[in-house]
Amino acid sequence: MRHLGVLARIKLTDDEVTTLTGQLDAIVDNIAKVSEVATPEVPATSHPIPLSNVFRPDEVGQTLTLEQTLHNAPDAADGRFRVTAILGEEQ
Amino acid sequence: MSDIIRLSAAELGEKLAAGDLSSVEATQAHLDRIAAVDGDVHAFLHVNEHALAAAAAVDARRAAGEQLGPIAGVPLAVKDVLVTTDQPSTSGSRILEGYMSPFDATVVARSREAGLVPLGKTNMDEFAMGSSTEHSAYGPTRNPWDLDRIPGGSGGGSAAAVAAFEAPLALGSDTGGSIRQPAHVTGTVGIKPTYGGVSRYGAIALASSLDQVGPVTRTVLDAGLLHDVIGGHDPKDSTSLTDEWPSFAAAAREGATGQALKGLKVGVIQELPDSGFQAGVAASFHASLELMQQHGAEIVDISAPHFEYGVAAYYLILPAEASSNLAKFDSVRFGLRVTPGGNPTVEDVMSATREAGFGPEVKRRIILGTYALSAGYYDAYYGSAQKVRTLIQRDFDEAFSQVDVIATPSAPTTAFKIGEKIDDPLQMYLNDLTTIPANLAGVPGISIPSGLADEDGLPVGIQFLAPAREDARLYRVGAALEAALVDSWGAPLLDRMPALGGNR
Amino acid sequence: MAAAKLMDYDKALELFEPVLGFEVHVELNTRTKMFSDAPNPANDEFHGAEPNTLIAPVDLGLPGSLPVVNETAVRSSISLGLALGCSIAESSRFARKNYFYPDLGKNYQISQYDEPIAFEGSVEVELEDGTLVTVPIERAHMEEDAGKLTHMGGSTGRIQGAEYSLVDYNRAGVPLVEIVTKPIFGAEHRAPEIAKAYVQTIRDIVRGLGISEARLERGNLRCDANVSLRRRVPVGEPAEPLGTRTETKNVNSMRSVERAVRYEIQRQAQILAGGGSIIQETRHWHEDTGVTSPGRPKSDADDYRYFPEPDLLPVQPAPELIEQLRAALPEQPVARRRRLMAEWGFTDLEFQDVRNGGLLGEVEATIAAGASPSAARKWWTGEITRIANVQERDAATLISPAHVAELQQLIDAGTLTDKLARQVLEGVIAGEGSPQDVVDARGLAVVSDDGALIAAIDDALAAQPDVLAKIKDGKVQAAGAIIGAVMKAMRGQADAARVRELILERAAQ
Ligand SMILES: [Mg+2]
Ligand SMILES: [Zn+2]
Repeated sequence: MRHLGVLARIKLTDDEVTTLTGQLDAIVDNIAKVSEVATPEVPATSHPIPLSNVFRPDEVGQTLTLEQTLHNAPDAADGRFRVTAILGEEQ
Repeated sequence: MSDIIRLSAAELGEKLAAGDLSSVEATQAHLDRIAAVDGDVHAFLHVNEHALAAAAAVDARRAAGEQLGPIAGVPLAVKDVLVTTDQPSTSGSRILEGYMSPFDATVVARSREAGLVPLGKTNMDEFAMGSSTEHSAYGPTRNPWDLDRIPGGSGGGSAAAVAAFEAPLALGSDTGGSIRQPAHVTGTVGIKPTYGGVSRYGAIALASSLDQVGPVTRTVLDAGLLHDVIGGHDPKDSTSLTDEWPSFAAAAREGATGQALKGLKVGVIQELPDSGFQAGVAASFHASLELMQQHGAEIVDISAPHFEYGVAAYYLILPAEASSNLAKFDSVRFGLRVTPGGNPTVEDVMSATREAGFGPEVKRRIILGTYALSAGYYDAYYGSAQKVRTLIQRDFDEAFSQVDVIATPSAPTTAFKIGEKIDDPLQMYLNDLTTIPANLAGVPGISIPSGLADEDGLPVGIQFLAPAREDARLYRVGAALEAALVDSWGAPLLDRMPALGGNR
Repeated sequence: MAAAKLMDYDKALELFEPVLGFEVHVELNTRTKMFSDAPNPANDEFHGAEPNTLIAPVDLGLPGSLPVVNETAVRSSISLGLALGCSIAESSRFARKNYFYPDLGKNYQISQYDEPIAFEGSVEVELEDGTLVTVPIERAHMEEDAGKLTHMGGSTGRIQGAEYSLVDYNRAGVPLVEIVTKPIFGAEHRAPEIAKAYVQTIRDIVRGLGISEARLERGNLRCDANVSLRRRVPVGEPAEPLGTRTETKNVNSMRSVERAVRYEIQRQAQILAGGGSIIQETRHWHEDTGVTSPGRPKSDADDYRYFPEPDLLPVQPAPELIEQLRAALPEQPVARRRRLMAEWGFTDLEFQDVRNGGLLGEVEATIAAGASPSAARKWWTGEITRIANVQERDAATLISPAHVAELQQLIDAGTLTDKLARQVLEGVIAGEGSPQDVVDARGLAVVSDDGALIAAIDDALAAQPDVLAKIKDGKVQAAGAIIGAVMKAMRGQADAARVRELILERAAQ
């Protein structure tokens, strides 16, 4: 559960870890039954209505102004979004 | 209560066109109603301070001789999941408190273009996760039929606003029933269009492959009128269908003549026995089927063996997609930022923000979705759930080779008490039993009021499902049954709703 | 960054067999981004824009925004796949790669996972001595770039020790094609050279296709180099399994690719020979010190939770489109080199010079812009390469072929002498504009006004009557002294041949 919290970037309290572990177990018990009918010959459906080749012409549209871009920023400086120190390495 | 707010959108549109009424008057009447009753109902998170100006602009367009659409000047409530440039958009979450979008959702832009007047933003379960609107970060909405009860969810605000005559029209979004289930518990009409029939651009995504925006109204015709405004291809949404759609308002008008039921084959799913429903819900459902038979419809038993896996598949696909869609709320570009003490890294800030900004249901689903997608579990969970979608689609194909529409009760129970199921997520999830298959398969669904349950006097809805792209069929059938039911009742169901705010 | 202990290169090769692999990211130069209609900063026209001014809602992951695929980017990707000898997938699709990082607007990267657009190909790479090596390609897939972080407050501008960081999302959503090779065996002692030649070949291919600006110093082409070592065993014994690999990132020039691979071979050999083991990790190349340093070890935090992107549909290119793009492919680099060698009429040595400098494309473009083959070759392998070596940059990054051709035209037209042209070249490289701009700004043109030259000649002749007498006597070589004086008076901006002609004319009067 703690690992899931890290992956999901949610700092879970001890209480939450306890509650969520119980709930997740119960939910997973219930939903695991999908594998009963999901046999290898059944194809997966990722989009309910099949479409393909939906493209956009390579034409420049209207961009956001810098004011619009930064309008909701919790913190900004020099026309950029500002964040606290980054741990670790660049991806 | 002023007569204006009791009018349907179609009727309002006619009066506006005839010059019997101005949009400013219509809008003011609804703003007054909101002021009178929304303290109790809490359907709105935000009332649009620009509404009267927008109404005046429509009046001016009309005065200038502009040819306007049939519902120009009619007020519209907008679910807070849809982004708007003139009002905050929070999706019911603390993490987006005060968020101002630089663009309008396509459905909002089209509504403005058609002269609809945005009245305000309606309450919802946080990020549309829920069936009761209790999971809103801004407090629950109450069911106008009984203020101690839930208005359904996630779009409880839109349904309650329409039921309480605070707005004649509202926009909702439906990922697993969030338009149809609230319609069921509030005695209103809700439609989930065919996936891709209405643009998702500007709808804050919950589960991208399931979400659809649709109308929430008091009559089937009104839903058709609103659907005609918001529907159709949008190049900003890659999943938007390029089909030419017929007029849904025209389909509703045609249906209201009653002919639509003659020879109509209505499928009833054997795997959904009455025992799975509250007695009054099952009784109302069967009464509606009998009425349809009297009007010439044929009831056919069909089998949909995989529907029982629908809820399980849904609660894998939805959390998985949601866990990814909600990753953008990280305190960097917009929204809440919580900075813990000490020397926090950006990682610490993100984790603390998401801990503080998301409610328990959202966290539960993000964790569940993260788990379902994580290495080693994907095939068993997410992959299997996607296969269940295929099986449910096949069930639909098989059924629709035998019948024109499928009918089910819209939800298992009438409105339950606020707080009753909040601590039992599994019970809550079962609320969407009958609505979920349509989202998994992408087919359209409509819920219309079928009556009141004998045991509690609360509204019940009947759901019809049609093949993908056959939304018009739902409008014909829905309007036909609506006409027959209202005829049998002598008045619309909402006339039997207890008075609100003591001003009746 | 302190250097690790390194084993002697030849010794390392004696003990171990290096196995290589590359992931090259190519930024496409489409006009708009991969999934939004915002201008693409990897297109020259929009390069260098102010931070956060090339932004559409989806680039910031704004609530409600949705991606839509750029058709030209798909076509470019197919062309590149074909040029890499790949099969084009009948159906490919996008997937979400989920991880949190502040440069990632949505906190997932839209990429391709189990169904890439192109797979199973190979490219022929030619080494300096003409040896051909076949590099097997596993796949090429479409994805989007991330934004740019600037680390502030630290002493080095690096991430370590920084107090805060600033994020510019202009680059977020730039179309990328990631080309992944299969493991490359048999490189042996030529591994570093193969690495360099491979990147050079990819650059030549994308240039030839015109689908990327292909400027390494701008990050249009970025190479991650995988190196592992396998202990050699005596003949007859079963081969050792593949060694643990490291992935060196941030290798942003041709020379660096070569150096980084060599460094990793020597570093890993030293560790393995000493009984240690290699950690599977990403390492960072430091251009300044020429070493690699450890990055993040691979861990379960690398659980990217890939799943099909529900907002986008499968890409299923029509067979006719693929054939149309295949027919439009430029020739393969090796074939092209052979052809150019014949066309240009260079000696073997001259041609090697150009090819080994990675300058075939530059010379070809310079000729196309109007210069003669020999002039184009002289500029690129001569003065430009000299400056590149001094500045430790790739020659191709210093000046555009069009400007080189323009420079040569100014010489041919008599506007510049060779010496003046070298000054103009320096100005262009320093960013002072086109050659004509530099000529105008610095006032470097040859004085072609005979009146001014004659005035200077007459002054010089009057000052040196003895020389005038010698010339009149027919000792024409004495004119050299007068030429020198005139050139000095003209501050070098005169055509010596013309000055000589005029001196002889004046002396004859
Ligand atoms: Mg990679
Ligand atoms: Zn990549």
